[in-house]
Amino acid sequence: MQTQQARRSSQKHGASPSSLLHIALGIAAVAIPVITVLLVYEIGNGSIPSIQAYGLNFLFTSDWDPFPANGGPPILGALPAMYGSVVTTVLSLIFAVPISLGVALFQAELAPRSVRAPSLFLVEMLAAVPSVVYGLWGLFALVPFMRVYVDAQLGSKLGFLPIFAGQTDGIGMLTAGMILAIMIIPYASSVMREVISAVPTSQREACTALGATKWETIKTAVLPFARTGLIAGIVLAMGRAIGETMAVTMVIGNVARISPSLFLPAETIPSVIANEFTEVAGNGVYLGALFELGLILFGMSFLMNLVGRVIINRLGFKTKQ
Amino acid sequence: MNVCRILMTMSKEPSKQNKTRYIIIAVVIIAIIAGAVAYQSMANSSSSSSASQSQTMMSVSSIMSSTEMTSSSATMMSVSSIMSSATSSPMAGGTMPATLPTVALLGAGATFPAPLIQTWTVQFNQMYSGVTISYNPIGSGGGIQQITRKTVDFGASDAPLSNTQFAAAPGLTLFPETLGGVAITYNLVPFGLANGTVLNFTPNVIVGIYNGTITHWNDPAIAAINPGVTLPINLITAVHRSDGSGTTYAFTNFLSDVNVNWATEVGYATSVKWPVDIAMNANGVGAKGNAGVAGTVAQTPGAIGYVDLIYAVQNHLGVGAVLNAAGNYVSPTLQTILWAAQNATGTPNPSDLRLHIVNAQGAQSYPIATYTYMLTYKDMSLNPDLTQQKAQVLAYFFWWEIHGGQQYSTGLDYVPLPANVVAADEQMLLTLNYQGTQLLPSSLMTG
Repeated sequence: MQTQQARRSSQKHGASPSSLLHIALGIAAVAIPVITVLLVYEIGNGSIPSIQAYGLNFLFTSDWDPFPANGGPPILGALPAMYGSVVTTVLSLIFAVPISLGVALFQAELAPRSVRAPSLFLVEMLAAVPSVVYGLWGLFALVPFMRVYVDAQLGSKLGFLPIFAGQTDGIGMLTAGMILAIMIIPYASSVMREVISAVPTSQREACTALGATKWETIKTAVLPFARTGLIAGIVLAMGRAIGETMAVTMVIGNVARISPSLFLPAETIPSVIANEFTEVAGNGVYLGALFELGLILFGMSFLMNLVGRVIINRLGFKTKQ
Repeated sequence: MNVCRILMTMSKEPSKQNKTRYIIIAVVIIAIIAGAVAYQSMANSSSSSSASQSQTMMSVSSIMSSTEMTSSSATMMSVSSIMSSATSSPMAGGTMPATLPTVALLGAGATFPAPLIQTWTVQFNQMYSGVTISYNPIGSGGGIQQITRKTVDFGASDAPLSNTQFAAAPGLTLFPETLGGVAITYNLVPFGLANGTVLNFTPNVIVGIYNGTITHWNDPAIAAINPGVTLPINLITAVHRSDGSGTTYAFTNFLSDVNVNWATEVGYATSVKWPVDIAMNANGVGAKGNAGVAGTVAQTPGAIGYVDLIYAVQNHLGVGAVLNAAGNYVSPTLQTILWAAQNATGTPNPSDLRLHIVNAQGAQSYPIATYTYMLTYKDMSLNPDLTQQKAQVLAYFFWWEIHGGQQYSTGLDYVPLPANVVAADEQMLLTLNYQGTQLLPSSLMTG
């Protein structure tokens, strides 16, 4: 009653605390979408020179030569960077999703209390490590490891497959995917754990009452109930992986090349932007091309989010309470 | 968020459990630290052979002496004698004003000279406590862009400005403030090459490696110029810069100068399209920054790369000797780079101080080197941020850089400017003005 009165009086007199709250929250709610729109506008605006110069060819050519030997205009194509971004992101999800799910299930369902706290703490520490530190560790620890124990072994056993062909330096898409996986695991597993914890106990109890084992309970009651949330976790991790810059730049080899082999160097959209942005002065088309890469990246993550959302909506109705 | 949740659940629980949980977390943290220490000591013991080798690796000076090809008397030259031979002009300490007004100046640009410029700003502040100069190493391109837009007081660039870039910034001028060499560095110790072995490279071999036609270390072209060295059969990984860079500019400028195919197919710029990246069966790798290239070479057996001299020295990597214009294989040292600078620049024209010193004449000149430049407006009033007072301080700072400031070069592995370049710089700096009023007194020229 009292609150209703307060609301009425605030409507009468205007600037009461409650309406101030409305205004403040309203501003906050509007600000973020506005920033997003402005961001897209600015990036789009910046990429106009490149769009005018290359049109759709930008998306389908793979040459990258900002200063051609003949002194002509830059010859730029985004395909290798797009390819590298997609491959490293998919690789990172292949590595990270099963592990994240395992970590989340363990923490939410199986771990005794005394183990859960340190386990939570350590996994979340992974998210607190700055990306450039991952890059350094990647270059000085992961790259030699991959070269000696992973790339060389795969190359000698499965080298007949195109994806495991070529020189095994440890610098390339496979290592980039690996380091991305380590970086996104805390994000994915944290969301997944929350979702799994949110599954009502009654579901589990019902399952157990029917004589199900722990694993059967997880399989038949917990995971189906939580699947929309699990996919949301994967989408979040994917967004993080596709935009990661520093760590990837340090281990991927930064070469504008499209090759099927996962061992060989490549580049991703963020790594190209990070590498080339500092030296881009006074060259409209070149700068525009970097902006357009940003636009493409924006589009790619938008698309991924959209797909994730569609999947969630498809699955969602089955789990509505 | 989750940390909060843990903390909240913790605070709700009885204190005994609470305590155990803290203990567990503490134990885990200690275990991590212990694990890290153990891992470290294991890594050390496993690489003890290479560690002992790196002990035999040398200090900067002994690298210089051990890789010097001839003229042992030159090798004995100490750093200070390099200094004195380089800057024969009098130190300007006596002619500099005793005090300067309190101003703050801002510069931005190249990363390559950044350690030296930052040392200068500190030293200048100690001499004139009122003068605060900050320098942001954002890259040469960024430096050119910012000085063109007049958002900084001075810029710095490794590559000389093109005519187009000058046209975009009317009134802009430049002068070289230091120079550095680019070393060819390689990692072959894991493949059995003795530590400290100096490999010889001809320009054509370097071109072959970077355009993907020479793919193995035991290629006849490399073997022919390295008699007596057992070269491994392994593949070459050609490492280059992935970011735009003055180092790449100097390196590709050299390759264009000595190889006509490279000049027409690749050319020279702060970043180029490396043929080795897309050549079949060859392996090119890009790395960000000098440190990135040095790190990648150090981590990759069979890799070759090009870095500013100091990075090759600091990382204990092999440093190659390069065939120069006179037909000698010369290793990069401060002295051989200085010789190149002295021989290549002749009498520079003070009105256009863009200098090319790759492939310089002279028996012991190291062929891959580059000047790096300060950018400023000749009429400093064109820059709206500069008052006449600030402009004068900036002009004195420039003057001090090429005189007193040069003594800090060798300690940071930069080469002091040769006397002929200092003289040309002096001429240029005396033309700096503020709406026609000369900023530096001509009496500064005592030599």
